[in-house]
Amino acid sequence: MKAYNFAFFDEGSKREIRRATVKAISIPGYQVPFASREMPIARGWGTGGLQLTLSLLGQDDIVKVIDQGCDESVNAVNIKKFINKMTGIRETEQTATATIIQSRHRIPEVELRADQILVLQVPIPEPLREVEPSEYITQRLHADQEYSAIWLMLFEQIMKHNKMTTGADHPVLVHQRYVMSPSPIPRYDNCKLHNSKALILLGAGREKKIYAIPPYTTVQSLAFNDYPFQTEDFSGRTCHLCGASAVYFDELIDEESGHKYYQCNDSSYCLQRLNQELL
Amino acid sequence: MYCTEEPILKVNNMVKQFGTGCSNCFNLEEERLEKNYCPCCQTVYACQGLSLELYEGEILGIVGESGSGKSTFMRCLYFDQEVTKGSAYIRAYKKGQANIFEQNSQQKRYIRNQIMAMVYQNPYLGLRMNFSSIGNVAEKLIASGNREVSYMTSRASELLNKVKIPSYRIREAPQNFSGGMQQRVQIAKALSNNPPILLLDEVTTGLDLSVQANVLDLIKRIQRELKISMIIVSHDLAVIRMLADRTIVMLNGKIIEQGLTDQILEDPQHPYTQQLVHSLL
Repeated sequence: MKAYNFAFFDEGSKREIRRATVKAISIPGYQVPFASREMPIARGWGTGGLQLTLSLLGQDDIVKVIDQGCDESVNAVNIKKFINKMTGIRETEQTATATIIQSRHRIPEVELRADQILVLQVPIPEPLREVEPSEYITQRLHADQEYSAIWLMLFEQIMKHNKMTTGADHPVLVHQRYVMSPSPIPRYDNCKLHNSKALILLGAGREKKIYAIPPYTTVQSLAFNDYPFQTEDFSGRTCHLCGASAVYFDELIDEESGHKYYQCNDSSYCLQRLNQELL
Repeated sequence: MYCTEEPILKVNNMVKQFGTGCSNCFNLEEERLEKNYCPCCQTVYACQGLSLELYEGEILGIVGESGSGKSTFMRCLYFDQEVTKGSAYIRAYKKGQANIFEQNSQQKRYIRNQIMAMVYQNPYLGLRMNFSSIGNVAEKLIASGNREVSYMTSRASELLNKVKIPSYRIREAPQNFSGGMQQRVQIAKALSNNPPILLLDEVTTGLDLSVQANVLDLIKRIQRELKISMIIVSHDLAVIRMLADRTIVMLNGKIIEQGLTDQILEDPQHPYTQQLVHSLL
């Protein structure tokens, strides 16, 4: 007897999640509530992303899972194992080969194509949450397009530190309408959201929300006229393994000499460069 | 002779009730209420058909005992509460042709952000206590569409300076301030984008006399310099006497008397107004 249906969920559950996904794609940046399923991993560990991925997988898909840019971290490996057990489909570490990429907190360095889907795991989907604890009110603020509280938050950062200090999860305006939390991707990745060729889906399992950026959608990072949005500055730095520059780096410290060195955060990108698989 | 000037704000027959109403209280003309309360269905009629006009550059005072519906009226006008019935027109909004109570919530938000400003009796309602004062003032500017940090900081410090918040404290949060200072931050915030209509709800209540005098002075000066129209609610006749050009007296959700402030204070007609004026210490 087969214990589970293909891709863990029964077909009804998949359909429910896909229905929410279709609505999310139709209203770019709008958070669609959905009946988040109980999963064999704890909420807050990527259940939103995992549910999206499972609802989309077909027999021919090739899946890639990244956790903070790394294909080999425990979280990514466990999710991959689970998907493999439930579907038996192929998995890959190469960005270009994958059809569905589930990621936590990074967008791969290799540019995504129109036939790929990026699924991001989201801890807190509500960009207004920090300033407004009530869901009842945030929904109304979104309806009214009243985002002054988020702007005020950025203004306060400028007042205190003379720059915007959102380390990750810098709020973005999608399709000139909804302000959206891009999930805690670094500011460096915000630019990749704009006019992305690939469909980007974001899932928050604990908060029971799905939202999306359809391909070729305008995505602007919020910024004041005289304080423009800035990504992390990596100028003059190169990867100590593959020599790449102008990518997102991890900063490492040699414990003996105490000197800093840098390494590509996207492990598969680094590996492919070392193997000379990228042109 | 009749007045040719067009009012900047016109409210017609505004009703705000809390409760569904019943056959007993359905017709307010029959006066079956106990004060503003229907003993049959427990409905409270906070505002029972208020009509008034506000002209450019004038200060309109509203007095009345607590529970007479003054604050409810202000909250309805500022869309903090929804009216049950009635209409209001603002000259600066769609040329005074649209009933502002019937606009959608985005439009109401626009009116709140662009055309009106409110100073609440309780500064906790009007300010974000743990954000900086300068940020609080900037919030109103952000809401009205400004995205220029340098302009907002200079405008905010100019206003905070005007309301006499020392410049070395403008980056401090209002929660560290005294009540009077918080009230002045609220006023600075309300003025930041030069709204044509300013609503002041018991702004000086609870402040000590010298601070009260400062705040009143400030309001008077603002009106003279900026020609902003104001509605000021107070139960304190001294405040009304000092500020208001015209005064409306409310009792149990109704306007019982209105006229020039001097006229009302010197020659009250309605028994309640007479009692109110004579109980002035």
